[in-house]
Amino acid sequence: MRTYIARRLLLLPVILFGTTLLTFGLLAQLSPSQRAALYVPRLPRSPQAVERVIARYGLDDPMPEQYLRWLGQVAQGNLGFSKSGGEPVSTVIRHHLPATLELALWSSVTIVWVGIRLGVLAAIHRDRALDQLLRVFSTIASGVPFYLVGLLGLLLFAGRLQWLPAGDRLSSPNQLLVDGPTWLPLTGMYTLDALVNRRPDVWLDALRHLALPVASLSVVSWAYLLRVTRSSMLEALGEDYVRTALAKGVPARQAIERHAWANARLPVVTLAGLTVLGLLGGVAFVEAVFNWPGLGSRFIQAGVSLDIVTTMGLTLFAATMLVIGNLVVDVLGAWLDPRIRLS
Amino acid sequence: MSGFLGADRAVELAGRASARASALAATPGARRWWRALLGNPAAAAGTTLLVAFGVVALAAPWIAPCPAGQERHCGDDPYRVPRYGFAGMPRPPSAEHPFGTTGKQYDVFYGLVWGTRTAFRVGLLITIPALLVGVAVGATAGYFGGWADEILMRTVEVFMAFPFFVAAVTLASALRAHPQLGQGLLAPMLALLAFGWMGYARLLRASVLSVKERDYVWAARALGVGDGRIILRHVIPNSMFSVLVAASLDVGGTVLAFAGLSFFGLGVPDGYADWGQMLAAAHDRLPSLGRDWHLVVFPALALVLFALGCTLVGDGIRDALDPQSASRLPASERR
Repeated sequence: MRTYIARRLLLLPVILFGTTLLTFGLLAQLSPSQRAALYVPRLPRSPQAVERVIARYGLDDPMPEQYLRWLGQVAQGNLGFSKSGGEPVSTVIRHHLPATLELALWSSVTIVWVGIRLGVLAAIHRDRALDQLLRVFSTIASGVPFYLVGLLGLLLFAGRLQWLPAGDRLSSPNQLLVDGPTWLPLTGMYTLDALVNRRPDVWLDALRHLALPVASLSVVSWAYLLRVTRSSMLEALGEDYVRTALAKGVPARQAIERHAWANARLPVVTLAGLTVLGLLGGVAFVEAVFNWPGLGSRFIQAGVSLDIVTTMGLTLFAATMLVIGNLVVDVLGAWLDPRIRLS
Repeated sequence: MSGFLGADRAVELAGRASARASALAATPGARRWWRALLGNPAAAAGTTLLVAFGVVALAAPWIAPCPAGQERHCGDDPYRVPRYGFAGMPRPPSAEHPFGTTGKQYDVFYGLVWGTRTAFRVGLLITIPALLVGVAVGATAGYFGGWADEILMRTVEVFMAFPFFVAAVTLASALRAHPQLGQGLLAPMLALLAFGWMGYARLLRASVLSVKERDYVWAARALGVGDGRIILRHVIPNSMFSVLVAASLDVGGTVLAFAGLSFFGLGVPDGYADWGQMLAAAHDRLPSLGRDWHLVVFPALALVLFALGCTLVGDGIRDALDPQSASRLPASERR
């Protein structure tokens, strides 16, 4: 176990080094004058002035030198200046991360909590109507991209039925209140802050705005999680120890929870972790569809307006998150498996 | 024996024998493929869907001919969607426009019919090169092992460290700034290709690790056959199965990913016949989707049915040829 974690930790800097190299490689494709345009708000007309910008930022230096300089800046948290955001990329991250985090947290809880239960249900009701229904659902849903579920949900629940709001994080009076001086912004996640500020009405409003984006992210992810939970659970239910437990009179519920699930959860936990990490890409699309002011919609906006500094900075940030997240999932999976933990 | 035959000749004979053997095996194999595609109802439904899309793609000039008076749009290049005016409200479905028009007055029906061709082109032109890159990397890493393996697999991990969509959006937008690559379909396709090959490399490496220890590989090596020839003739053909299944499952996901890029304006140019581009018209009209439902429903149906067809066919092939893997993870993780 220790050597496993040690190996992973030793590889971490190697992978991170590679990600910076790849990201910088993208930037290096541009000509010096194109890169100069990334550094100043408006590129001066005269060629001499452009030359000055290039010389000042050393954009004509050998690439390794430029890479090291860039890396030094990144290490200090300077990811460059976001043109489309009008502020440094690190500030963009600080301002918009809470919105994304709130969406991701609610989605993760919904995905894991409901997805696993659906899978266990399908396994228990194997080949009966419920199982068939869930199988059809998972086949269709696993082929649908996040943004499409979002659009269909928007069309149905916000457009046709008008049950839920069509976008944003709060309705405008509440948004004004939250941005105002009386509000204590503790985390930037409104569902938490509303509790701290004792405003159940704001909490409910935030939840209503979360419903559709969270559902868009969840429905597709359930399809995967449910499939793996089902097959893993079926395997465990067929084992002798479950039969023995049932034979000696253990109630079915307990046999399922204690005996089968304890053994079925290993692959499920790993996949649940990977599914949640998979949201890193999907969240961007869902945010853009629902006008959710998080990192994802900022990222797409930057991508569309060809603001390379911002897209690269956010990509590097997302990649770092993903690498660390993968490590956590791996270690957690290894820790849950006594065969690995005790070896 | 090799004394009078010569090593190369011996291998050639052995190769011919193995070719005959695989030709023999191919007969029931082909039948098994058909049984896989039509035998179980889900796979048969998937095959029907894909065949239907194929017919639409092939018959596009007859299903959606360039309408009279629209020659300046689709006369030369049929992939340019005819346009009836410039701005205003999307028009709902009518006799003239079966699926309505977008806000910019592009004909949705025409766009979807010709978009079927784009879907097939994009799906295959991204998946096949990604497969080739993955196979080359995976085979090299698995066969040679050691430092080559270490470097290649760490490279794979670096590419996998990026969330797929995030990386694709960044690359597509960066390539846009490139003078030659920035135009047309090339930028989004390269973006998806650059981050789409790693799964194949890993899968292939895993099977190469076991195949390279088989007797026939050792036999070839003992006869003095070069590494390149062993890899191409013996190792790769015998380790391709799982990679091919994964690729067939990925075609649908690739089309969806490409449509996603188009949806956000990073894919094909405005007015190009592409499902994601048609869906992008809905992106401009999010507040009034309740009224402009046709902007979402028709492109969404095309995308979902196409992806469903690919998944069902891929699943069917996998289940029929490799019953043990019936419970394995779905191959496509791209969402």
